[in-house]
Amino acid sequence: MNVIESHVTSYKTLGIILLLLLLLTTITINVTSYNLKLWNVAIALGIAGVKGYLVLTYFMHLKYENRIIRAFVLVVFTLFITIFAITFIDYLYR
Amino acid sequence: MEEKPLHHEEPRDDFAAKMGMWLFIFTELLLFAGLFLVYSVYRFQYPIFFHQAALELNVTIGSLNTIVLLISSMTVAMSLTALQKDNKKLALTLLFITILCAVIFLFNKYIEWGTKFEEGLYPGSPLMLKLERGHLLFFSLYFFMTGLHALHIIIGMIILLIAWFKIKKGTVNPGKFMLLENGALYWHLVDLIWIFLFPLFYLIT
Repeated sequence: MNVIESHVTSYKTLGIILLLLLLLTTITINVTSYNLKLWNVAIALGIAGVKGYLVLTYFMHLKYENRIIRAFVLVVFTLFITIFAITFIDYLYR
Repeated sequence: MEEKPLHHEEPRDDFAAKMGMWLFIFTELLLFAGLFLVYSVYRFQYPIFFHQAALELNVTIGSLNTIVLLISSMTVAMSLTALQKDNKKLALTLLFITILCAVIFLFNKYIEWGTKFEEGLYPGSPLMLKLERGHLLFFSLYFFMTGLHALHIIIGMIILLIAWFKIKKGTVNPGKFMLLENGALYWHLVDLIWIFLFPLFYLIT
């Protein structure tokens, strides 16, 4: 029997996170409607990254999660970034 | 000598259940990461084609679906909070709203894809095959990735529906809520993927 005590996230926290996510969505939609060349991609992906972080941390309770699971998530995202970096180094300098 | 009554307890390991769910989520993330990698490389090789093709997508429906998914992600998280606080009725209501959001998302997707199909744009259609290579790649990736995502929405919806009935029956309760917690994790994953799909396909034009 391994029953774990889960952290209970308050309604207020969840509500605030939703408002932040909606705000960030509005910003992305508006910013990308301007032509800022390469900056559009950087801003859109940067904002998506922040939104992803909020979802993982608060909605998926990673903030209060076991250290093993948090470490795993970190490893997986580091793996993504590494694979993308290696691929693009290859394509840019071949 | 009196024998102690045998107490049958269902073997249960919440931590293992959660760990298993996370491991599964990682495989899902890797699946989509591979597709994002393919998208990025082709976008890098055909920037102008991808730019032109992305203008064809309906930003309004895309934005609407983003909002619907974000709201549903909050309601499912709140549903778990409600269940943990022993408020069964609220948990059921919030979970119902989540499932409703999933239906709205799929309906919008139906409208969006339906319009494309009417224009003759669907995988393997004569029009698709006549497209330039860059456009063909964009639309193929668009249909495949949003299609795979929609499939995840359907699966998530079924899991949440099962959780809804189990909460109603009482087998998922304030003392035993791993099904709802893992179902919610899956639903957040679907949201997380959409957070990246939306700007990449609809916004960066």
